[in-house]
Amino acid sequence: MSTDAPVRAEVEIGDYQYGFHDSTDNYEFKSRKGLDAEIVGQISEMKKEPAWMRDFRLKSLEIFESRPMPDWGGDMSDLDFNNIFYYMKAAKEQGRSWDEVPDDIRKTYDRLGIPEAEKKYLAGVKAQYESEVVYGSLQEDLAKQGVLFTDTDSALRDHPEIFREHFATIIPPEDNKFAALNSAVWSGGSFIYVPPGVNIEFPLQAYFRINSENMGQFERTLIIVDEGASAHYVEGCTAPTYSSDSLHSAVVEIVVKKGGRFRYTTIQNWSNNVYNLVTKRAMAYQDSLMEWVDGNLGSRLTMKYPAIWLMEPGARGETLSIAFAGDSQHQDAGAKMVHCAPNTSSRIISKSISKDGGRSSYRGLVKVEDGASQCKSNVVCDALILDPDSKSDTYPYIEVEEQEVAIEHEASVSKIAEEQLFYLMSRGLTEAEASAMIVTGFIEPLVKELPMEYAVEMNRLIELQMEGSVG
Amino acid sequence: MSSLLKITDLHVSVANTQILRGVNMEIRQGEIHALMGPNGSGKSTLAYALAGHPNYSVTSGTIEIDGVNITELAADERARKGMFLAFQYPVVIPGVKVADFIRHAISNVRNPDRKEGEGLVPMREYRKEIRAKMGELDMDPEFARRYLNDGFSGGEKKRMEILQMAMLQPKFAILDETDSGLDSDAVRVVSEGLAKLAGPEMGVLIITHHERLLEFNPPQYTHVMLGGRIVETGDAALAQDLHAKGYAAIRERHPDAAADNAKAEKEAAAV
Repeated sequence: MSTDAPVRAEVEIGDYQYGFHDSTDNYEFKSRKGLDAEIVGQISEMKKEPAWMRDFRLKSLEIFESRPMPDWGGDMSDLDFNNIFYYMKAAKEQGRSWDEVPDDIRKTYDRLGIPEAEKKYLAGVKAQYESEVVYGSLQEDLAKQGVLFTDTDSALRDHPEIFREHFATIIPPEDNKFAALNSAVWSGGSFIYVPPGVNIEFPLQAYFRINSENMGQFERTLIIVDEGASAHYVEGCTAPTYSSDSLHSAVVEIVVKKGGRFRYTTIQNWSNNVYNLVTKRAMAYQDSLMEWVDGNLGSRLTMKYPAIWLMEPGARGETLSIAFAGDSQHQDAGAKMVHCAPNTSSRIISKSISKDGGRSSYRGLVKVEDGASQCKSNVVCDALILDPDSKSDTYPYIEVEEQEVAIEHEASVSKIAEEQLFYLMSRGLTEAEASAMIVTGFIEPLVKELPMEYAVEMNRLIELQMEGSVG
Repeated sequence: MSSLLKITDLHVSVANTQILRGVNMEIRQGEIHALMGPNGSGKSTLAYALAGHPNYSVTSGTIEIDGVNITELAADERARKGMFLAFQYPVVIPGVKVADFIRHAISNVRNPDRKEGEGLVPMREYRKEIRAKMGELDMDPEFARRYLNDGFSGGEKKRMEILQMAMLQPKFAILDETDSGLDSDAVRVVSEGLAKLAGPEMGVLIITHHERLLEFNPPQYTHVMLGGRIVETGDAALAQDLHAKGYAAIRERHPDAAADNAKAEKEAAAV
């Protein structure tokens, strides 16, 4: 996110704010603006999907159209559904040139020390194809173990049984308006299947997927971790990610079977023109562990509440969430934990920061269903407000239908203490450096869970945000 | 040529209350000065004013290092000029590792021209250095991985201050040890630590009642503060004398200052 040139134009595709030119040379196919059954049909046809998927999309469209907009959360009054291209298939050599990438984004990449190839990928300058060489051998390794790791479109085509068994069972289109939208127009996303007993030590990254579009508007991800298996998936990145698409509505469905362990890490730093509305849910079965690590740094508005449904005894869920809201940003983030079985436990740690008039909210639910006795849940939500213009809200919902449970909720709101600033400054740190250090310390519980490169980038990004912003 | 910290006719107020009423003092690198005085005399105020705390307003007078007026400089700029304050109650900074913090601090203090965002001191050399220093100071290396002052005992906090002093190598170190209720472990840590670090490169101002601190680090000069000014200066013997007999004689010899001090003590008690 660039703080010196916030993009606050109306959401309008085709009106490329930074002077991009949408030449049809770049696209193999582009639907006309707006959304109707014909367009949905076109999408399915372009992808050569089986009939059931086409019907599923059409039914989802009906649901989408029948639902009202939510009357809570962020302000979406600028969002004009008819003014969006819902499907674009990029030509092979998808190319914006490096020169067309906004100046402030290029500068940020330089400051963050991001390698050349990665810079270009983030800016949408180069497609993923180069990674075929780098990550080819990785893919071989995984394949040998029976791991499936591909994009969702390919999975539907190549692994239809397992796909159909789980698809839309965790998040049906009826779930909410934006899940219905995604269900109608989804394209791209990751599909992962980890066979029983297989433990993948290194984090799988969206970056490894060597086919199809990444960073799509309507990604649909489906992950199945079979019994006793474990893996870690990482997506996104801390560097500002420019997207000319202003509506991102993704769906992530995860199943963690008995004894399985899975962690899904996301760091998003979408440019300031993006509405980021995501439905993420995992079902955790007996004695399994599911973890969401969710970092929200960018976008104009993010509404995202990673959920874990603890379906069988012994299941554990943990969500670490951090939201950073700067000028003109609203992060409405949080978590949901639903205890559907006895002897389950959950933990939510939420850290939110707001500065320069940004608004950061925690919205969370802890629900204990009837019959789910002996459950434990612990929620810690801390907010750091860096100046008087900024805001932080907390909307905790706790619904408990059982007597013998232990539910804790702690919340704190703070600003940077003068004494802390003075202490650090008396050791030679400038005021901006001291503030950055305090903010970094504030989010440390989350950052220490990130893979090393992300952690380093995250800290550098915070320093950048804090620099020169004091006074 | 050793550096000189010169305090001239310093008047300081806090929240519109006059505390310091014309302090004069000169400290050279290599000297140890003790500052004593009863409660309400303004000792801690002097420490914070020297370090540049924003709430302490200098209403007149100057603070100079080698003839350069630092009275208007912010705390970080003073640190870069070689000033250091060891706090009585170091504040907690959650989530910030001791090692990371010190690395950043020395990067600025050793290279006063360093700009925000520029590189820090190289990790390899830094690690070697801090390990060596911690060894000399008898500190468990695990200490460096802990979060700054978070969950530290009194003694550990003092150890942390001493470690910072060892790494930052200030020209002028002010130790605010005015709390006579401090636990003995903490006092011992400071006493022994300071004794290891003090030398010709460091001018030290110890603000304290603790006998042991001054035993380990005998001062060349002892200043007595009363009613916001220094009323007497002597040598180590004066410190011992005050320990033995208290401030009654001082108050008698300086009745105006004593009156101001009594007023200040009353005001402090009323708060």
